[in-house]
Amino acid sequence: MTALLEIRGLKAEIDGRQILNGLDLIVNKGEIHAIMGPNGAGKSTLSYVLSGKPGYEITGGEVSFNGEDLLAMDPDERAAKGLFLAFQYPLEIPGVATLTFLRTALNAQRKKRGEEELSSPDVLKRVRELAKQLSIDPEMLKRPLNVGFSGGEKKRNETLQMALLEPKLCVLDETDSGLDIDALRIVADGVNRLRAADRGMIVITHYQRLLDYIVPDVVHVLSAGRIVKTGGKELALELEATGYAQYQSEAA
Amino acid sequence: MNAEIRPVKTAAEIGLADLFAASCASLPGGRNIETVRRGAFERFVAQGLPHSRVEAWRYTDLRRLVRDAKPLASRPDATAKEAAGIATAAFANLGFRRLLIVNGAFVPELSDLADLEPGVSIRATVNGLDADDADGVLDGGDDVATALNTAFAADGVIIAIDPGVVVTRPIHLAFVTTAATPAAMFTRSSLKIGAGAGVTLIETHEGPDRSDYQVNTALRTIVGDGARLDHVKVTSEGGAALHIATLQAEIGAEAVYSEFGLVTGGAVVRNQLFLKLAGEGTIANVHQASLLAGRQHADITLTVDHVAAGSQSREVFKAVVDDEARAVFQGKITVRQGAQQTDARMMARALLLSDEAVANCKPELEIFADDVQCGHGTTTGALDDQLKFYLMARGIPEKEAEALLIQAFVGEVIDAIARDDLREALSGRMLDWLKGRE
Ligand SMILES: Nc1ncnc2c1ncn2[C@@H]1O[C@H](COP(=O)(O)OP(=O)(O)O)[C@@H](O)[C@H]1O
Ligand SMILES: [Mg+2]
Repeated sequence: MTALLEIRGLKAEIDGRQILNGLDLIVNKGEIHAIMGPNGAGKSTLSYVLSGKPGYEITGGEVSFNGEDLLAMDPDERAAKGLFLAFQYPLEIPGVATLTFLRTALNAQRKKRGEEELSSPDVLKRVRELAKQLSIDPEMLKRPLNVGFSGGEKKRNETLQMALLEPKLCVLDETDSGLDIDALRIVADGVNRLRAADRGMIVITHYQRLLDYIVPDVVHVLSAGRIVKTGGKELALELEATGYAQYQSEAA
Repeated sequence: MNAEIRPVKTAAEIGLADLFAASCASLPGGRNIETVRRGAFERFVAQGLPHSRVEAWRYTDLRRLVRDAKPLASRPDATAKEAAGIATAAFANLGFRRLLIVNGAFVPELSDLADLEPGVSIRATVNGLDADDADGVLDGGDDVATALNTAFAADGVIIAIDPGVVVTRPIHLAFVTTAATPAAMFTRSSLKIGAGAGVTLIETHEGPDRSDYQVNTALRTIVGDGARLDHVKVTSEGGAALHIATLQAEIGAEAVYSEFGLVTGGAVVRNQLFLKLAGEGTIANVHQASLLAGRQHADITLTVDHVAAGSQSREVFKAVVDDEARAVFQGKITVRQGAQQTDARMMARALLLSDEAVANCKPELEIFADDVQCGHGTTTGALDDQLKFYLMARGIPEKEAEALLIQAFVGEVIDAIARDDLREALSGRMLDWLKGRE
């Protein structure tokens, strides 16, 4: 069976500085992988390289997504094929209403996949349902995307987008940062509802806390641009106790 | 000697002089009108075509941009009228009172003049000229573009609304050029709104893409005390056209004046607006959007003159500039000594979509009163790559992502249009423009 995501020897640099240093990772359908690591290890860089953010130069390795060459695709194509990145810092887009954005994104993906586009009322119905599950005030959907949203609201909005777009692979970059415990629970519940046999997840986090709510199958330690250790969910607890110091020195 | 040395006359200036000499006697009007025309043309000759050393025309050098004078357009024949009727679909289904001006001539038989609201009068400018009465027809305006307009004006529309009459059905002046051969059109219109009256006036200007024509159009409006004017001007001339438009507005006390301008077409466009907030407590809102591509050049030049106390003005200008196009915005707010408690703000923002695109923004304040709130600002920038990536990461293709961001940028000025039907129609125009980019 082809892996959902297969990263081999991935090297990437930005502004002439090498950040990813030969990274290997395999994620199969149905699996949740946690990636933990110290600040500056390259966790966000990995998520950006996977989603195709401009500015990164791939200097080595390959990435296949459902057997296809991910790195050859434009960001919108990757999304339509089922890759979703929940941003660590969701952006504010003044002048673009949240609902318009959601509808445009959903229908653009459907169109690219050769599926029928959904009518505005259909999209609205789905969005309202999800908003309710995520305790998002429907009034917020009329506001410009993320503008004036609190940190927690932005993360819930990311989760809503993810649920609406039903991706094959979810990459969550520090979805827990800036969330109080109630918001964390709401977001984690939202993510857990998306657990499915044909869907994989990469949960990037600095802290173990999130993994109490989203329980991973595999935990990796990312340091200096490489996976330096892989284990079960108990590895997260171990890291919580010992910190990242040993991995930092190991990598250096 | 430091007397100003007149530069050598350009081909266009010589051509205009020949044209005036040849046509002055046959232009509509009697002796009075002819005197006014000659005076205006002399004023033009004294200044010549404006060039970049004339401050008000700094970025729009007509000596360079106008290569020659075109022959005056002849009054439209049956074919031209028919073509015009078909050509102008703009706002056709919105039920507005449409008045058609073809090749510079008002065409009553193709205009909707039925069931005029009591207190509203509409007539052709040529009738006013033929009556040889310059008052209310050719008055106002001493700038060079208006001087040329006065010299050559052949027709247009004169609208008067009695005091207290609120006209709910918008009036649409549809200016259409059908001329396939190079021609010049000079139209002069007037709108007088009595105290406490109100109206929405829409102007659209369009013409064929491949025709090298020139339009000089002028509108003078007097908005009475407590009256309301919503004025919308859509400049979507053909791709080779020169379009010079002058709006002069004198706005009375407690009157509310809203201006919306959209420029999408024309090779060279100069829209100049001279607003005089003549009374106390007047409100003026001006929103402008220029969507430019290719080698288009569009200049919006605006002066807002706060004469009396307690008036308010807002000016928001947005330009989206692609390819090698150039957007110009010059805005000057003057606050006279007596205009205490003036509240005036001006903002110009340009979005440049290519490395060769240019925006020149020059807002100015000239304040002679001490108790006022005034401000202005400008920004110029490219599309935000981070925002574009965020949209693309959600599956939105690049061009569509750009379109969304451009729409968001222009949205603020379009949202200022009060009427839903107009706002939607103009959003549609913007979307058409965006589609043209794909
Ligand atoms: N544009 C950039 N130019 C140079 N270095 C960068 C740039 N962006 C990020 N980095 C560096 O790359 C490293 C990894 O960053 P990041 O992937 O954000 O780490 P993490 O998410 O693990 O905290 C950091 O040392 C950071 O300073
Ligand atoms: Mg990070």
